Amino acid sequence: MAMLQESEPLEGTLLPEPFIVSKVRRETRDTFTLEMEPLNGGEKHFTPGQFNMIYVYGVGEVPISISGDPVEPSILKHTVRAVGTVTRAITSVKRGGMLGVRGPFGSGWPLKEAEGYDVVVVAGGLGLAPLRPAILHLLRNRERYGRVAILYGARTPMDMLYKKELERWRARFDIDLDVTVDHATGGWKGNVGVVTTLIPGLKIDVPNTVALVCGPEIMMRFTVRELNKLGIPDERIYISMERNMKCAVGFCGHCQFGPQFICRDGPVFRYDVIRPFFQVREV
Amino acid sequence: MSVQSMEDIIREHSFFKGLQERYVKLLAGCASNVRFNAGEYIFKEGGRADKFYLIKSGKVSIEIYSPERGSIIIQTLGEGDVLGWSWLYPPYRWHFDARALELTRAIALDAECLRRKCEEDKEFGYELLKRFSQIIIQRLQSARLQLLDVYGHASRE
Repeated sequence: MAMLQESEPLEGTLLPEPFIVSKVRRETRDTFTLEMEPLNGGEKHFTPGQFNMIYVYGVGEVPISISGDPVEPSILKHTVRAVGTVTRAITSVKRGGMLGVRGPFGSGWPLKEAEGYDVVVVAGGLGLAPLRPAILHLLRNRERYGRVAILYGARTPMDMLYKKELERWRARFDIDLDVTVDHATGGWKGNVGVVTTLIPGLKIDVPNTVALVCGPEIMMRFTVRELNKLGIPDERIYISMERNMKCAVGFCGHCQFGPQFICRDGPVFRYDVIRPFFQVREV
Repeated sequence: MSVQSMEDIIREHSFFKGLQERYVKLLAGCASNVRFNAGEYIFKEGGRADKFYLIKSGKVSIEIYSPERGSIIIQTLGEGDVLGWSWLYPPYRWHFDARALELTRAIALDAECLRRKCEEDKEFGYELLKRFSQIIIQRLQSARLQLLDVYGHASRE
């Protein structure tokens, strides 16, 4: 069990480091990607799947998954949807503004363990953000993996993240990328339907496949069922959980999930590890 | 290059996986190859549901037309999917439009021919109904998930 030692530096773990917002890009109506650089220089190394606590001075702090490229540790990238007081404050920070950052925290996607396997990435809505660093790693180290399939479901075509990047990924010959939306009107020429409907069509070697899943919990539940139906066991399915994380180091208990703390033991879990608690409403 | 027979295509389609050989022959007797160009309607709401389709390639949208909003796509289907079940239940009329979004090739199965064979051979009818029930359940579950709007905003802040 990871415990905070007295000798560990507080800065970055319990004390936010000041970061300057260097770029803000609007992804959708209410979702923005912020690029940040440390005020005092340096780099922020992270593992794909980890999160940071982002602090708006005087407003509050929220956990946000890292959506940047793991080989670019000098630029911190977070995709944030404005849904509450703190996230609204984060997304209203302009270029040159300052935010506090603690982290990175938590577990990452099992990219080392997945080497030699086919990899299926299933993302729903904003769930593409924590998967983006993993996808970038898969694409950069393409030769280490078998087939790579990315399935992405969004609410409408207007709600899709990283549209230009999705187009670039789709143009590659060494991955399969399929996108679907829940609702569409005339102009949309792509798939319509929930993301789980894309799973039966996957062209993968099922006994040698690892699945990485991130999205709303309902979407993840149905995705796991479809992956199981295809023959992928819980032991090779990884999901990223979201809870109300506060301290981010397993002290406060806000994000306790059965015997696990999402902030410390997760957010990425092997599905069989958390399956007993996944549909227990009391946790 | 070997040309697949209709029986081969039906036998290998996931919807008919494991079907008894005599039923494959029954189905093949009611089947024909069809193709639809991009934009072409396969059927329209209210029309006679006289066929169903096994999509071999391409993409089809299930749509409903609203005078205020135009055609609203409810779902898209592609390779390996089954299109249409209104042919199974009276009044045998389509409830939605189906339109090819791109060049689509399919096997069309004649509804009257199949309904007659189902009446003559109840076991065959039951087998077919079981398989269609699975499709209907899947589509119902998908529709419920779509209605849930799971990507809507929920704040944990």
